[in-house]
Amino acid sequence: MRKVKRIAGNIGFGFGVLMLVSPAILVFLWMLSLSLKTELDNTDYPPVFIPNPPVMDNFAAVFERNDFVKYALNSVIVSFSATGLAILFGVPAGYGIAKMKATKAAVVILIARITPGLSYLIPLFLLFQWIGLTGTVAPIIITHLVITVPIVVWIMMGFFEGLPPELEEAALVDGATIWQAFRHVAMPLARPGITVATILSFIFSWNNFIFAMVLAGRESRTLPVAVNNMLTFEQISWGPLSAAALLVTAPVLLLTLLAQKQIVAGLTAGGVKGG
Amino acid sequence: MEGTASLAGTAAAGAAPRRRRNYARHYWWFVVPCGAVVLGTIVFPWVFTLYMSVHEWRLGGGRSWVGFANYAKLVEDERFLLSILRTLYFTALSVLLPMVLGLLAALAFHRKFPLRGLARTIFILPMMATPVAVALVWTMMFHPQLGVLNWLLQQVGLPPSMWVYAPETVIPTLVLIEVWHWTPLVMLILLGGLASLPIDPYEAAKIDGATPWQAFRHITLPLLAPFLVVALIIRTIDALKAFDTIYVITQGGPGTASETINIFLYLQAFAYYNLGYASAVVVVFFTIIIALAMVLLWTRARVKDA
Repeated sequence: MRKVKRIAGNIGFGFGVLMLVSPAILVFLWMLSLSLKTELDNTDYPPVFIPNPPVMDNFAAVFERNDFVKYALNSVIVSFSATGLAILFGVPAGYGIAKMKATKAAVVILIARITPGLSYLIPLFLLFQWIGLTGTVAPIIITHLVITVPIVVWIMMGFFEGLPPELEEAALVDGATIWQAFRHVAMPLARPGITVATILSFIFSWNNFIFAMVLAGRESRTLPVAVNNMLTFEQISWGPLSAAALLVTAPVLLLTLLAQKQIVAGLTAGGVKGG
Repeated sequence: MEGTASLAGTAAAGAAPRRRRNYARHYWWFVVPCGAVVLGTIVFPWVFTLYMSVHEWRLGGGRSWVGFANYAKLVEDERFLLSILRTLYFTALSVLLPMVLGLLAALAFHRKFPLRGLARTIFILPMMATPVAVALVWTMMFHPQLGVLNWLLQQVGLPPSMWVYAPETVIPTLVLIEVWHWTPLVMLILLGGLASLPIDPYEAAKIDGATPWQAFRHITLPLLAPFLVVALIIRTIDALKAFDTIYVITQGGPGTASETINIFLYLQAFAYYNLGYASAVVVVFFTIIIALAMVLLWTRARVKDA
């Protein structure tokens, strides 16, 4: 009797877990299904669920019509530059803040992290107009620093605070400069933290929509903006639209699947420690 | 830390005593380059926004000092006041539902079961997905005649909904997406909290014959409280900031039925080019969020003490 009750309990629990994960699975599967069906099937009612046969026409259409490759390249340039610069500036800063216990500096980072992105845009928009940068990817990279730098500093600060100081002190005693102690002792130890910071800042830069939407010209659009424009300006056809949406989000989904351990660690730390 | 360092310095017997004395000051050089970046991209916009908010500032149309007129106008602007109410409505729902669902999910993922790692990874996928891309798919699912959601409602015998196409249902529908998107973050924070709980109280409770519900109610909930507060505040701030999904799907419509502060701000700045007026909106919005940041810091201090 008790065994039956336990099995029933397990089945109930399994069903509960299924209910929890199914919204996530179903939305992505529906995205995939729409992108692999013909336009006829996509606008059929009741809906056709399994593409039969699956067609690649929608993906071909995306690559043909929309300068998709150019926008993808823009996205890659922007996300890599914004992440690289954030690591370059943010890792030493996180180290300095941790060493000096400069909590006031941390407050600026924290406020930056919670301010709506839109509120930076008005002054920066004017600034870029004055110095004539609009229409290139430069302003987009610079504004993405607003997102990536706080992420990197926040994660690295927490990480360096958690490192045991003895090794660097030994290096200092041996006559190393503090830069050498940072470069050759602390940084190699902090590599897992740098990985987490890189992945998260890349994903959030890649996903960002609003900065590029306001600042990008025809030539400098990133993928999220390009996909949104497909919805607004072109005749809406569900197949190519879903195919484009899938291509935009596929890199970050793949990265999440591959690096889920680091992402979970980074977000939990970032969340609990105040990001 | 600095104490140990100076001890080490004495032990090194004057190998490089001068460097060690100005220990903290040298570390400033690690922060300076990043400080310059933050000053240019983050602090400059804050200050310049304050300056703009006391001007009548139209793009291409010059500017003039108007004092606090923009703020006075805001207080009387019915469209702005309604956008605040909508933001509060949207935020309340977008905080409450993910908190409840996130807690349930965290409790589930805290238990060991087959394929737990895979299930957890799938569960956090929505949070990492590109919001614009997902918003497009939701738009297609909401289609009143051809959308898959109305078909699902029909299958379980419910009447079809207008989803984002009717003023009454548009905000709850947008909340639905917000819940889908951000429940995973609440789950992760609470899961981290659950992992840090001590096991002794549970063993004591078991010996005393407590039911699982009693253990949850009297041990888990109180111990998890600091994490619940952190999740609550992060969720509140993120819900206030919500923009991408709302803009992509409704642009504030139908009419102004889903025009939150953020959408109102966007339209004032980049559709009507009232830059001064929009800056005043930013300042008001910013003040609300700073107040929340204070609460967040205060909570953080308490979590650290606990």
